[in-house]
This record gives sequence, structure tokens and C-alpha cells, in this order.
Amino acid sequence: MFLESLSLTQFKNYRSEQLYFDSEVVALVGPNGSGKTNLLDAIHYLSLTRSAFHSSDQHSIQHGEDFFSIKGHVQRLGKSHTLLCAQRNGEKKVFSVDKKPYEKLSEHIGEFPSILIAPDDTDLIREGSEFRRKFFDSLFSQLDRNYLNTLITYTHVLKQRNALLKHFAETRSTNPDLLEPYTQQCIRLGENLYEKRQAFIRDFLPLFTARYAHVAEDQEEVAISYQSDLEEGNYAQRLQEAVSKDIQMQRTTLGVHKDDYLFTMNEAPIKRFGSQGQKKSFIIALKLSQFETIKNDKGYSPILLLDDIFDKLDDKRIGHLLDLLANKQLGQIFITDARPERTRQIFGSGANPVQMIQVQNGSILSTP
Amino acid sequence: MQFPSKLIEEAVNEISRLPGIGKKTALRLALFLLKEDERTTLSIADALVKLRTLTQYCSECHNISDEAICTTCSSPRRDRSVICLVQDTRDVLAIENTGQYQGLYHVLGGLISPMEGIGPAELTIEPLVQRIQRQSSEVKEIILALSPTIEGDTTAFYITKKLKDFSLKVSTIARGIPIGGELEYADEVTLGRSILTRTHYSHDNK
Repeated sequence: MFLESLSLTQFKNYRSEQLYFDSEVVALVGPNGSGKTNLLDAIHYLSLTRSAFHSSDQHSIQHGEDFFSIKGHVQRLGKSHTLLCAQRNGEKKVFSVDKKPYEKLSEHIGEFPSILIAPDDTDLIREGSEFRRKFFDSLFSQLDRNYLNTLITYTHVLKQRNALLKHFAETRSTNPDLLEPYTQQCIRLGENLYEKRQAFIRDFLPLFTARYAHVAEDQEEVAISYQSDLEEGNYAQRLQEAVSKDIQMQRTTLGVHKDDYLFTMNEAPIKRFGSQGQKKSFIIALKLSQFETIKNDKGYSPILLLDDIFDKLDDKRIGHLLDLLANKQLGQIFITDARPERTRQIFGSGANPVQMIQVQNGSILSTP
Repeated sequence: MQFPSKLIEEAVNEISRLPGIGKKTALRLALFLLKEDERTTLSIADALVKLRTLTQYCSECHNISDEAICTTCSSPRRDRSVICLVQDTRDVLAIENTGQYQGLYHVLGGLISPMEGIGPAELTIEPLVQRIQRQSSEVKEIILALSPTIEGDTTAFYITKKLKDFSLKVSTIARGIPIGGELEYADEVTLGRSILTRTHYSHDNK
């Protein structure tokens, strides 16, 4: 996959800009706050229909304006496509490919994949289970449209069921016939998601351990173990038995919405026992296996977005990324860096020519 | 927005309460109503007042009606053994326009959705149970014609629970590939369902 051009209108700090890309490695350089990461986010929008950094699309509209639009020309499997994402204040987001708008945005997920590696990725290790669920859900959704649809439906059923439990608690009344359809749907959809997550992780794990061994060049044994309320079996019966507890807690206490993925090193949680360096290696390996999984599935490379990673990575890990690059194992890469001379030094010796784009205050200066 | 007259301002404020009408459109409509022949404006106002004060809901099917019992429910030509359950009046119109249905209707007035605070008590489910009780010798079949969404499915599930003591045939409208639709463009869920609930092939299938 290759992004040839990008046009932004009133997107974040860009009023109206056009960019053309002619290299596999594109470096976006400029001072902090100039809008480098916003360019990555625009590409993220075209790939996944939403921002990588905040959940509200309103925040992506330039201050004082009432809409934004992002347009991109992409080469994929020898064909050229035009992607357009536009959001007008208070209206539904519009997304079209070759002028055909989607009915549901979810139909786009996985069609033009990208992977973002950003400084706050260590949140995946540090933060609560929802971060890890989100990471794997995003990966599995790009591989399997049915997975995404089931997940969307499950989330909706869960919201309805929780609203009903809350209503029961507030009115001190229960209506088992009304709760039953939600419980049945939770069981059916939950079991489906559980089986798929198990299968995906089974395939993901060997890729990941191999990648970690390569990145870290050491002997620790890393693993990801999928943990779920459903692994004890008999979920249907246990969910039925938990109804009175659910009413008391005003939420659904058992289900795949509480799943977690435990990251371990030598069978101990890396969150507590890993060094900073080991954690970084773990995250890079996780992201690169995500890249590989999607590449294997689609038959072409996703776009790789690297946000400000040179400050966070040491030379050894950067060197590893460069090896992959030199071996042509990666596709098109967009990198942000506040220090252009560093980027030039890192990539200057590689086989790939680097396209440098200088950004200043929401405008694109000519190539230095 | 600045208005030359308090009366205009009030009219604009009221008209802009309508769905899809903003202040600018409301002003255009208000000026139109002012400029038009007085009879036109008064007859529009009259129709609105009548719409609101004289419209009733049929005591049988709860559809919008001019009389206590609507023309469908009172028609001798309708098949009284089938009742088709729909979400609202728009669905009745849509099914009537197909010309394929001769039975009666029951308008629920919405779908169960705890998130929006809509429970069974907000809908005409209890009146439906009573209606079937009253007409238990006549009614043989209930058709669930609800949207294929979580809310539609939940409502259907709940209603069938409420009707389980009656000896009724309960059916649901078919879900599948639209006529004239291309198979490869159908979404996976719909196509999967169509395969699972395939129907017997007959030369009368049109």
C-alpha cells in the first residue's frame, strides 16, 4: 500500500494543504507543536475512519470552522483509490472510497490498514485491561469483519442490559422476561467472541515470541495469555446465576467485556517485573507482530506511522527497525521527528531515499 | 438574529422547533405565511389545530385514526385472523403500499430500549394481550414485522413470552437478499441468514 498524496482542509492546525509523497520513507520534520503528528493522524483517519488520539471528531475541526475534510490517493494491489473523510459540525461523518460513501463506517476497517507506533504505547503494559482489549480488538477487526460486527452488537446489547439492570435497581422491581433476551444475546455473542479471540491469540503468539527474540536479542521467555470469564466453561448457566448480583451491582459482572491479555516474561507479569528496556522491546515486538499479522492476512504491507519514537528508543532498537526497512520487509513509513539532522543521519545510509517534509505552524514548507 | 417585529420573532422561534428547520428556514416560512393570501395561512393554521385536536388513536390497533375505530379495523374486507405487529404508523403505510397484506395491524408505538427509558409499559403491549384475549376465537396468527435490530429482536422476544399461553401461530417477516440485489454486495450477516433460512424453490416464487 502506498499513499501518494494527502489534501487537508481545516483539519486541526491545517487550513488548506496538499502533500505529495514519492518515497517509501517519509520524514515529517519541524519544531514541537508545528503539526507533524496531525499529519499522521490524518493518515490514521483515512485508514481507520477516526483519530488515533481523541474520541471526538469535533476536536479535529480547525478552531472556529465548521467542517474538516481529508482526501488521499492510495495505491493498493496495483490500483489507485481516492479516500475521502469529511466531518461537518453536528452531522454524521462521511467516508467514501472512489466517491462511493459507506453506509456504515465499520465497512472500511481493514480495507486500507495502518499501524501507529507512538510514545504512549507503553500504556498497553501500564494501564488497565481496556487498553489491551482495544489493541487486540482493533487488530482482530482489521482481519475479520464479522468479528467487528459481533463486537459492535455485543457492546450495544451490553449497554441495553446494563441500563435495564440499573432501571431494576432504581425501581426496586425486576422483570425476568425482559432481561432474558439480553442475557441470551450476551451468551451467544460472548461465546462467539471468546472463541475468536482464543483462535487469534493462538496464531499471534508464535509471531510475537519470534519477533521479541529478534528485537531484544536475549533469552527471556515472553508470552501473552488470554484470560476470560468464559474459560471456566458453562458461561450460560453462570451468567443466569449471576443475575441477582448483576442487579445489585447495576451492571453485567461476567463476560468477554472484562477479558484481559496478560503480558508475561519468564512467567511473571512484565508490568511488575520487566525493566524499562524490556517493556520497550515488548511493545515494539507487539506492534511489529501486529504489522506482520495484517501483512500476512492482506498480502500487502500496511502503512507504518511512527510518531516521535527516536526519543524513546535506543540505538539498538532503532537499528532493528532499520534492518527491517533495508530488507524491504516494511511498506511505506511516515516518521515524525523534531530533529531533522537525526532522521537524515539514521536513514541517510539506508538503501531507501528519504523524502523530508518540513512542517511549520500548520503549513508545509518546501522540501529542505 | 435581529427581528423587526416581536410577532415575527415569536413565529420564527415556534416554527424552528420543527425537526430539520433552522432559524433561517423558519424566517423564510414565516415571511411566506405573512405575504401569502390570508386564507392560505389561516387554512394551514386550521389544519394544524385540527390535526392535533381531532386526531385519535384507534382503540383496537393504536394506529392514527379519524374515528374511535380506524378504517382498517372496521373494514369487513380485512382478514381478522391475522394481526401484524409494527413499530409505528409509518410501517403500516409501508406494508399497506405493498398491497400484499389483507389482515389487521397492531401499532406498538416504539421498541423496547432501556437506554432510552422505553420499557414494555411505554408501548401498547398490554393492550395487545387484552385485544387477543377479547378476540381469542378469531385471531389465529401474529406476524412480527419489527426492524431486525437488537431493539426489534428484544421486543419480539418479550412479546412472544407474553403470548405463550395463547394458541397462536407466531411468525416473523423473512430477512434476506433484496429483490434485484446482487449477492456479492449483500452484507455477510444478511447473506448468512439467507442461507440458513433458505426457502423451498417453486416456480411461483417471484
